[in-house]
Parts: sequence; structure tokens; C-alpha cells
Amino acid sequence: MVGQRLVEALRDRDAERRWRVTVLSEEPRRAYDRVNLSAYFDGAGPDDLDLVPDGCYGSGGYELRLGEAATSVDRTARTVTTSRGDTLRYDALVFATGSYPFVPPVPGADLPGCFRYRTLADLDAIAAAARHAAATTRGRRAGLVVGGGLLGLEAARALRLLGMSPHVVELGPRLMPLQVDEGGGALLRKMIADLEVTVWLGTSVRDIKRDGARMLATLADGTELDLDVVVFAAGIRPRDDLAREAGLAVGPRGGIAVDEACRTSDESIYAIGECACASGRVYGLVAPGYAMAEVAADRLTGGAAVFSGADVSTKLKLLGVDVASFGDAFATTPGALEVTVNDPVARSYSKLVVSDDAKTLLGGVLVGDASRYGVLRPLVGRPLPGDPLSMIAPAGTGPGAAGLPGDAQVCSCQGVTKNEICAAIRDRGLADVAGVKDATRAGTGCGSCVPTLKTLLAESGVAVSTALCEHFSLTRAELFEVVSRERIATFTELIERHGRGRGCDVCKPVVASVLASLGHGHILEGEQAALQDTNDQFLANIQRNGTYSVVPRIPGGEITPEKLIVIGEVARDFGLYTKITGGQRIDLLGARVEQLPAIWRRLVDAGFESGHAYGKAVRTVKSCVGSAWCRYGVQDSVSLAVELELRYRGIRSPHKIKAGVSGCARECAEAQSKDIGVIAAEDGWNLFVGGNGGFRPRHADLLLAGVDTATLIRTIDRFIMFYIRTAGRLQRTAAWLESLGGGLDYLRSVIVDDRLGIAAELDAAMERHVAGYRDEWAAVLADPVKLRRFVSFVNAPGVPDPSIAFSSERGQPRPVDLPVPRRLAVVSQ
Amino acid sequence: MTWTGVCDYDHLQPECGVVALLGGEQVALFRTFDGALYAIGNQDPFTGAFVLSRGIVGTRGGIPTVASPLHKQVFDLRTGACLDDGSRHVPVFPVRRRDGRVEVGLGAE
Repeated sequence: MVGQRLVEALRDRDAERRWRVTVLSEEPRRAYDRVNLSAYFDGAGPDDLDLVPDGCYGSGGYELRLGEAATSVDRTARTVTTSRGDTLRYDALVFATGSYPFVPPVPGADLPGCFRYRTLADLDAIAAAARHAAATTRGRRAGLVVGGGLLGLEAARALRLLGMSPHVVELGPRLMPLQVDEGGGALLRKMIADLEVTVWLGTSVRDIKRDGARMLATLADGTELDLDVVVFAAGIRPRDDLAREAGLAVGPRGGIAVDEACRTSDESIYAIGECACASGRVYGLVAPGYAMAEVAADRLTGGAAVFSGADVSTKLKLLGVDVASFGDAFATTPGALEVTVNDPVARSYSKLVVSDDAKTLLGGVLVGDASRYGVLRPLVGRPLPGDPLSMIAPAGTGPGAAGLPGDAQVCSCQGVTKNEICAAIRDRGLADVAGVKDATRAGTGCGSCVPTLKTLLAESGVAVSTALCEHFSLTRAELFEVVSRERIATFTELIERHGRGRGCDVCKPVVASVLASLGHGHILEGEQAALQDTNDQFLANIQRNGTYSVVPRIPGGEITPEKLIVIGEVARDFGLYTKITGGQRIDLLGARVEQLPAIWRRLVDAGFESGHAYGKAVRTVKSCVGSAWCRYGVQDSVSLAVELELRYRGIRSPHKIKAGVSGCARECAEAQSKDIGVIAAEDGWNLFVGGNGGFRPRHADLLLAGVDTATLIRTIDRFIMFYIRTAGRLQRTAAWLESLGGGLDYLRSVIVDDRLGIAAELDAAMERHVAGYRDEWAAVLADPVKLRRFVSFVNAPGVPDPSIAFSSERGQPRPVDLPVPRRLAVVSQ
Repeated sequence: MTWTGVCDYDHLQPECGVVALLGGEQVALFRTFDGALYAIGNQDPFTGAFVLSRGIVGTRGGIPTVASPLHKQVFDLRTGACLDDGSRHVPVFPVRRRDGRVEVGLGAE
């Protein structure tokens, strides 16, 4: 869990990807939520407990190796050897090896039928034993949990869910001795016993024996228990063996010793979570581990964050009983006073620990009803807003979230203050708890602060902001309307009338796209040039080393041998890397800015034009070979694809638009993954819209079935134009369609049935686009002013950029990376 | 410090950067909408690529800025500080307009 958190924190902070990260995971599965393990027997599958976001690994230099443990560390060579015999070099190493369950030295503790409670594999083994017991034991089945702490009560819940009667043995005088005081413990015991859990306090297990198919445990007081399983949940010990072997310093009672930077005695090695010993203390809770992960990630990215101990406050629901403990729960502060409300009838125990003048809250314990935890815990160390008794009295109102000071931590798991949450709500226009969680991480740990988040949202009284950026308070669709209605032709005119400042990388490309969609000439004409992203500015796609790629249009993926030869010759003569794209064309990579016009000249002379691979524009119309050649084809998909691509080429839109045409239902063109997909049927064309590949794949929806070519094209015209008019910034058609109230039916009513009466406008807009189309490359070649930008250096136009270099790979150039990425190894359980 | 002329002032289009090569140093030059001149290092400190001259010029809270064309981090044209990540910055160079020419100052003062 903590190792995973480190990876996510690093992904957030290391935007430039200076670290190449390898995570070695001993367990054969991805990180999962150990805090809620018993949910596994409550219907949750491994996927529900999984903590790894999609796309976390396999890209951006992040690699996860499952079932591959680290077996040794060589600090001199800076290498880690793995259980598969691989040796990894590292610049930095992080131990996130967690802990192992402590098993007391009880005779018989290693017998079959004795289990630990730590991993999903442990749970699978316990479940198998429970199934076996169900098949063989007559009458009630029973299980013994050794340990009455947090983990032990979780294990007892798991046994109950497996249909067993749990016994819990705790050496201490009460359940949860580390979190709950005597009074709270008494109520907790009563409430747990009511759930048919037998609690044995102040005693221990003397020995365990097999008794036929069952087990016999004898307690220190002589009590004998007939059992089917024994589960040890008596605490944890840090897994520091590998670090010890590597000669790293460890704490007095184990744990890899770390400083406030979470750094071990070797400055290139960090340790975080339960395996670490910070200021002589090993933390067995997840929140401190997460805090350490954040510190280590910050340090790895050049920060100076400090781990100075952590809040061990907790709020839990154990076997359905709310238990919370915070701050100085045991009143160890000199002079501390305890104010207690104990109501065994209402099943509620509340205790506040306050300073000797009863003005400052120091801590507290809540059992049975912990609903006030969310507002009480952030007040620890601060003046109480009222008399302590009124804070916990049944009739009292308790403090509201509004009474919390701004710097009070609302979410202690993630360390988020009220100020940070309110600022995120305000500045980012958050409207719900999910948004707050995404933006601040508050509420993503134990969840106990979620009610407070709701209150803060309500108190902020926010309306969702739809402003494009600090320069425009309008949305993209509103800007489109304004530009269109007021016939605005330049960015300066628009921002002076409707915005402020001089724009940014968010609003300028949007305005550029809107102006282009409305037909304001070449995208590099006059002031428009300064609005374009570098790709549109150079009519090519920027690559990681500052060179560009060139993609000529190959409509429908159909190309003559002569044209193929020209592409080959251009690539050869300019030293470009060539690759076939997913859209059935050819990408030529590695061109320097000053080479672009010469490359275009050769391509344009051979009959090519820009493929707009660089623009938020119609890209390609992919097609299968269709009925001209294919023995299954029912319509001529290639001819239709060529016609569509030539019709819509160059049109600027909120995001890229991809299309496909398949000649039969076998769908070889993968049209259903496109924004616009056409599939041939015996009786005409079926039109699908709103498909998407990429990060969040979506199958397109069927808009029209069995239509003729004229109807098909008219409908696509309107679909594209309606999308351009109303979609948000960088909103693909899939998301746009989902955001339309009424969805597909509404879309059909607008563009097929003309419910809004705008069909004629949409048709006219498309006619203007088709009539006004000019090749953007040829236009630059014909204009000396535009050509002036295509030089390497303003004072040395012929000198190539000396920073650009290539190596050779498989017979082609490959850019030489400028910075050397540093490598990080994370060793986790 | 020596001043080196790199191009005519009129050669610079407002809010469109260019690069000058000065003794091995790549300097990105910008003319903002109000006519002011700025010169910063052309290397993007996040990726190592020499591309900042090709970023979008604008403002943030009134500060003149350029956004890296690769990953969009925004830099203060006056100081070279990255406004999205306080730990990064790019060098700034003295720049002036003299007799219709744009000149960049290099070397110790």
C-alpha cells in the first residue's frame, strides 16, 4: 500500500519523468487494501480491494514486477538482486517491505489449521479451512483469534462472515488496548459480546494441539476451546531482514532506522511504512506510512519535506461497532482532565481529554457512536469552541465544520487542512465529494472525514465554475457563439471585449480553433499564428527532442506505388524515421524546423498535402479494402472513406476526429472505435458515432441504420458541425455525447429531425468549409512571410540546432535523449 | 557585458518567439503585445529540449509568460522562474532595442 502510494506521489511530482521506477512486489498481485481485508469475505473480490489506478504502470518509465522479490542489496555496486536472478542498478532505493505478523511462541502455533492474517493468500487459506470445516464438523464451527487489537477484531469479523463463532483472546485487560481506555473498552466488550463473539481478556494461549480433525487450544487459565481454525493477529514486526543483511542501521526494537527525510543510514536508500523506524518508533497504521511515502517522493524530486511523527488517530467500524481514538486518548499530558459521558443504554461512550484549564482539546475516545470524530479530531491542540461536556453531551449540538480553524487537518490520513479543501472547492469549482477527493485526496483514506467534506461543500455554497481559464469566464461553446454572433475576427478583439489579460496556452488554442472552424483563413495568418500550439504553428507534430514529425494525407489509406516511392525517397534524403500509423498512413519523424518547408516541397510536388496529424482536426478515415476486392465486402468502403476524408479534411474541431468505414459487418476498419464509424450493410450504411480508443475506450453508438450515401454524408456533416459548435475544450465526441442531456436520442432529434431548426445552418457551415479548403502546407510554401518562421536561429538561419542528435536503431534514426533519467527501485511486500 | 545584435525589431512578430544562437548559448526572444522585449534560455528544464521559443506567450495574473510547448509548464518571462514548479527556472538575458535592432547582452557586467 505504502509502496504504491510512493509511486503515485512520484508520478504526480515527477512530471518530467526524471525517474525510471521499478517496483519489485513479492506478492503475485498488485497492491491492495489490507485495511479492509475482511471485506474479502463480504462479497468484495480482489479487484475491489485493488489500489492501483489504471495506467499506473507500463508507461512513463514505471514498471511493476509481480511475484519477484528482492533477495539482496549490494550498496557498493548499487544493485538489487531479485528472486528471478535479475540484477537491477539503482540511483535510489526505497524499502516499503511492510511487516510480518507476530506469532507468539505458543507450542503448536505451526500446526495445520493455524493461520496468519495479513495477505489475500492468508485469507484464501482461512477460507479453504472454513469450507473444509463446514463439510466435516457437525454443529457450530468455531475459530480462535489470538489478539484483541484492531487486526484481531477484523479477523474475528472475517471468521463470522465465514460462518464460524469467533473467540478472541487478548493478553491485555481490554479490547483494543492501544486505542481505547478502560471505560470505552468495557462498552466495546459488551457490544462485541452481543455479536456472539466470545472475548477472553487478560489471558493467553498456553498450547494448541490437533484433536482428530479439529484443534484444541488451552488458555493460560486452563480453559479448553474446541476449534476449527486458529488465526494469529497479535501484532506486527517490521520486515527489515534485507536491510539488516545490507548493513543498514535498525531501530532498538527492529525497523529500518530513518531520519526525518525517511532516509536510512545509506543516503541513497529510503524506508517507508511499517518496515521503517522513525525517531525510534514503528507505525503500524497506514496514514503514517502514506505520510512517509509523500515525504520520500518529495525528497526524490528535490523537495525538503519532513516526516516528524504522525497522528495515530483512528476511526474504525469493527464488527459494526464504531470506535475512534484521537490525540492524547489516555490523558498522559500532565494535569490533563477527562470529561466522560457513558451511556450504556444508548450504547455510547465519549471521553474528551482537555488541558487543566478545560480550554484546549488534547484527545479523546469514542465508542458506539463516533459521529463527532470528524469535527473533534481536527480540534486537537486547539481551543475548544465551548464547554467540553456540551461537545459530547447527547443533547449537545457539537461543533460544526464552520467552527474549525482553517489550518486544522480535516483528513489526517492524507494530511489535508480545511483551508486546502476550501481553496480547492473555490478555485477549482468543485461541486461534490468525488471532486474534492480527486483534487485534494482528502477522504480517500479511512473515509471518516467524508461527512465533514460534505459540510464544507455545503458551507462553501459553490456553483460549478465553467470558466475556460483566468482570461475568459466563458466556456468554449459560449466563446464559439460570441465569436460567431459578433463576427469577431481576431483574438485581440475577442479578449478586449470578453476577457482580460493576454491569454495563455489554454485559451489561445481554443480561440484559434474557433476562428479556424468559422473560416478565418490560414491558421498562420497574421495574429492567428501567435495563438497556435507549436504543432499548429509548424504544421507538424513536436517530438521529445524538439524535432517534428510529418504526416502527409493518404485518404482512406489508399496510395499509389509512385507516391510510396516519393515518401521513401524523402525519408531517405532527410534522414527521417518512418513508421506506419494506426490511421493507415506513414509518419516521417525527426525533421528539424528548418527542414520542414523543403520536405513539404517534395511532397506537395508529388501530389501530397497536409494530413493534419498535428491539429485538433479530422485525422483519417480508415477503411478496409471493401467490395472492390474483398470476397465478403458488400459495399465499396474505400471509395466512401476517400470521399469522406477529402470532404472533411482540414476542419478544426474541439479535439481530433477519427473516422472509419468497414465494407461489411466483419468490421475490419474498426469503425466502432471511431468518432464517426460507418459499416456497410446489405441495404445501405449504418452510421455509428461517439466511439473512442485511447485512454478510455468506448464503442460508438448506432445513430442511423441502412441509409443511402447522401443521407449518410448529410448526417455526418451535421454531426461534425453540431459537435464543433457545442463541445467543451478538448472534449472528444464520446465525452460530448455522454454529456448531452438526452444523449443519443437528443442528438438524433437535432441532426436528423431538426428539432432545434439549425440543420440548415449546420449544412451551410459545412458547405463553406468544403468550398474554402486549401492545403496548409502549400499555402506556407507560397508565402515568404510565413516561411520566415521556419529557421533554426534568427541570427544563423542555416545552422542546425546543435542539441539535436540521433543514434541508430534497427537501421533507422532514434533521438538521443538530452537528460539522463535517474533510476529508482521500490522493494515492496 | 557585450551587446550583440541578433535581428531587426520589426522581424519579431508580437507573441511569437524566435531563437538566437550566441556563442553556443540558445536564447529565446519574445516581443510581447505591448512591445516589450524578453530573452530567456531556450532549454526547457523539464525535458532538456531546446524549445521554449516555440511556446505560447500570454499572461498569468498580469505577468508576461511563455508555456513550454512540450508539457505546458509556464515561465515568467521577466525572471525565468517556473510558475508551476518553484524548483525550476531558466536563465534570463539582458535585451534591448537599439536603432531598430534587437540586442542581447552576454558576459559579466
